Amino acid sequence: MSAIARLPKTLPSRTYLSRTFSSSLPRKSDALFVHRDTSYNNPKIPFEFSEENLKRATEIISHYPPQYKKAAVIPLLDLGQRQNKGWTSISVMNRVAKLLEMPPMRVYEVATFYTMFNREPIGEHFVQVCTTTPCMLRGSTDILHTVCQHLGGIKPGETTKDRKFTVVEVECQGACSNAPMIVVGDDFYEDLTRETTAKILDAFAKGEKPKPGPQSGRHTSENSAGLTALTSKPYGPGQFCSPEFQ
Amino acid sequence: MLRLVSTASRPSSAGRLGKTAVPPKGRRAFASTSAKHADISLTVDGKEVTVPQGSALIQACEAAGATIPRFCYHDRLAIAGNCRMCLVEVERSPKPVASCAMPAMPGSKVWTNTPLVHEAREGVMEFLLANHPLDCPICDQGGECDLQDQSMRYGSDRSRFHEITGKRAVEDKNLGPLVKTSMNRCIQCTRCVRFANEVAGVEDLGTTGRGNDMQIGMYVEKTMNSELSGNVVDLCPVGALTSKPYAFHARPWELKNTESIDVTDAVGSNIRVDSRGVRVMRVQPRTNDDVNEEWISDKARYAYDGLTFQRLTAPLIKQGDRFVAATWEEALSAIADGLAKTGAQGDEIQAIAGHLADTESLVALKDLINCLGSDNLATDQLGGTAPPVHGVDVRSNYLFNPTIPGIEQADAILLVGTNPRHEAAVLNSRIRKSWLHTTLEVGFIGERVDTAYGYDYLGQDIKAVQEFVAGKGEFAAKFKAAKKPLIIIGSAISEHPDGASVYNQLASYVQTHKNKLLTPEWNGFSVLQRAASRSAAYDIGFVSSAKAAKTTPKFIYLLNADEVDPKSISKDAFVVYQGHHGDLGAQLADVCLPGAAYTEKSTTWVNTEGRAQLGSAAVPPPGASRDDWKIIRALSEVLNVQLPYEDVLALRDRMWEISPTLVRYDAVESTSPDVALAGLKVLVESTKKAAFKGLPFEKPIKNFYMTDPISRASVTMAQCTRAFTGDQESGISDEKGLQAAFA
Ligand code: SF4
Ligand code: FES
Ligand code: FES
Repeated sequence: MSAIARLPKTLPSRTYLSRTFSSSLPRKSDALFVHRDTSYNNPKIPFEFSEENLKRATEIISHYPPQYKKAAVIPLLDLGQRQNKGWTSISVMNRVAKLLEMPPMRVYEVATFYTMFNREPIGEHFVQVCTTTPCMLRGSTDILHTVCQHLGGIKPGETTKDRKFTVVEVECQGACSNAPMIVVGDDFYEDLTRETTAKILDAFAKGEKPKPGPQSGRHTSENSAGLTALTSKPYGPGQFCSPEFQ
Repeated sequence: MLRLVSTASRPSSAGRLGKTAVPPKGRRAFASTSAKHADISLTVDGKEVTVPQGSALIQACEAAGATIPRFCYHDRLAIAGNCRMCLVEVERSPKPVASCAMPAMPGSKVWTNTPLVHEAREGVMEFLLANHPLDCPICDQGGECDLQDQSMRYGSDRSRFHEITGKRAVEDKNLGPLVKTSMNRCIQCTRCVRFANEVAGVEDLGTTGRGNDMQIGMYVEKTMNSELSGNVVDLCPVGALTSKPYAFHARPWELKNTESIDVTDAVGSNIRVDSRGVRVMRVQPRTNDDVNEEWISDKARYAYDGLTFQRLTAPLIKQGDRFVAATWEEALSAIADGLAKTGAQGDEIQAIAGHLADTESLVALKDLINCLGSDNLATDQLGGTAPPVHGVDVRSNYLFNPTIPGIEQADAILLVGTNPRHEAAVLNSRIRKSWLHTTLEVGFIGERVDTAYGYDYLGQDIKAVQEFVAGKGEFAAKFKAAKKPLIIIGSAISEHPDGASVYNQLASYVQTHKNKLLTPEWNGFSVLQRAASRSAAYDIGFVSSAKAAKTTPKFIYLLNADEVDPKSISKDAFVVYQGHHGDLGAQLADVCLPGAAYTEKSTTWVNTEGRAQLGSAAVPPPGASRDDWKIIRALSEVLNVQLPYEDVLALRDRMWEISPTLVRYDAVESTSPDVALAGLKVLVESTKKAAFKGLPFEKPIKNFYMTDPISRASVTMAQCTRAFTGDQESGISDEKGLQAAFA
């Protein structure tokens, strides 16, 4: 979570005559872990699930035994976050607490623990750049840089002035085989280069939605140099079965 | 990490508000009967120990006499296992194991004193200190800090962390006027969180964030609104949570510790009074599993600063509308003159015993008044001048018979006209404990309150009682099915106009269901007293006869009585007030005699169970004030009815004559079922014809923080009142113009 610590920094090369005691950079939080009332986020702002979402919520709750209703807290917070323009306000948390009949503090604990609950408003497009090792090895530092530059020089964690884009750094999204990658909204854009990254962002800026998936043209995470195994056509259903099943 | 904490909270927070909408079956998930476990044996440091199955390894180690350092483990809280300080070596385990989170296994071999363990502890210590500020010199926990002690004992003598960029910083939280926070010092043991959620029942405290960002707090701006909040100060192993009123006042090694008994309610919590010179610096709980476990209420802990304000330090005689300081001789002869002048005879001489009167002085006063030919003894409560409805001939009629630990055996509790959360906060936490961990069902009749556990709300007046007795309603059925049902009647019921018929109804209910409610093992009929002196007053028969109750008193002796209605005292009566504070009682008096407060005298207190406990003097009484029984003894001489005891031992002999239970300290004498039944029979007989009006039962304590002269004089309690009850007219300055009376 140390966004600042991992910003590309060129450390002056030093020759160490002796080992220093400590060489770690300060670890600062990128978010506040207490709530502060603001004009846009305070318990007085009402939040109510839409009728459709309420139906979904009831459906989710029904998956759990009635005395373990609170097990639904994560899906419900997610539902609330989606309905609330991509961020979980204190009112969303309180509403979920009420719905699940649990003390609000228990909901706050969950919402602050998981970094995917945004507790501050975000822009229309939420751009998450993966910078974990595999992506980093494949050039995610560059991608992050490109994204930030392309969006007018904002820093990770910030939102553009027109409130269209928010950029954050995230940990591994499980798409390492297509590294480097970014997530915009709910979609993965993989196999990125500086150019494709810029194109994707431009498309979003124009209100279009580029096709998710690998941007290099390869199919999923197949070998980019062509298949070396399993090259024959896979057999279809019914083949090699006795006639009555064909 | 809070997994265990959250499983502890019974998953029906809605039930807290007394909603019955939640299907009762739904919240049974965590119910578990405490099965009788077999014992298992294991070897700790080569020593064979036997512990009950299911004990934690740390308990087994303790049983073997090995000290295990710890921060997060606490035997009265759920296990969190997050500090890792309790690591021990177990045979065939590749790594050291956290002994608090590991169940003791039969036959296992454990070592607590090997190089591996030492190294592990040193490592844990190093990590804990990596982010802990080095501010012991300005930290109030200094000298009694677990982290300080354990780093001396188990830590390394030097640090390898030299973070030039500083340590982790966390902002301080505002938990209200009692608990001071310094969250940089927090080591995230979560004891406070577990206490708040499990014991206190305020589920507002928690951990937010994760990893390095994890912090303790409420997330939103809020104060910790609990009458047990002070206990987190004791629980916190470091100086993150310290006492606000005590901040920077003293160091633990400067204090003299005196073991005593608390008097702010009738639980008789065991306390330790820490004093320096003539001042009480703080009050802390003492462990007594039979009474308060190791908690005390905030009032018990923080009202002590009231002991230094508005004290009566010299005898005062009223002249015109002013009090004039006098010597003891003058004051005592003024009383003798006053008594002669009013011409009070027989029952016209009245004594009223207040909440804070100790047993010794009650006995002395009763003897004195009786010697003067009067039977007019009253207790300081609504209707206290009349004989109490429950009578005082049989103890079980007015005591908390199942005893406080007995609450944990009850499987159904009916609360009538009482809010135990405010009348006996520590006792209430037992009910909560039982409610959390067993299938306990609670029914409630009276003014709706938040009790910290769910209850079935039955109604607020006698009608609800009648319906319950008639067996109507869901709860009545549950109660009937219970194996050890318990009825708790609030002390306010005997003050209520319908009190007699409530007692009548419930006593006859107990009679009809005596096979469950009154067996040799279980007495499920109990009265919860709220005044520290009340049980003792009833025990010694400090009540008036029916005849005496009808006389208009001409001479009134107020012993610590500060709740009296000024209107009930006739203009021409001569009033003597004996007590330690210039509160309401003193205002009404013609002569004030300065007595000693509970921290200044070694006296007997009988709690609501009828348990006699001996308090001890921590500091001398201020100024010319004296031990209360000695004042009465001195007065008896001036009045020519000399009481026959010269010293406190002789007085205790006299107490033994009255009732041996008064001096059988620390024990509870249970009433045999036959006697208890006889008592109920008398009770039912005497209240047979009682009429009722159907008025709602009100909670007797409106403001938990101010219930007696000490807490009313306390600045801390005034701040609490402001912070927690939103009561505007709090504060000592505007208290009924008292200052004027003493000007
Ligand atoms: S404040 Fe104290 S009791 Fe609470 S988690 Fe921190 S160290 Fe533990
Ligand atoms: S490292 Fe980027 S997706 Fe796994
Ligand atoms: S005491 Fe065992 S982990 Fe904290």
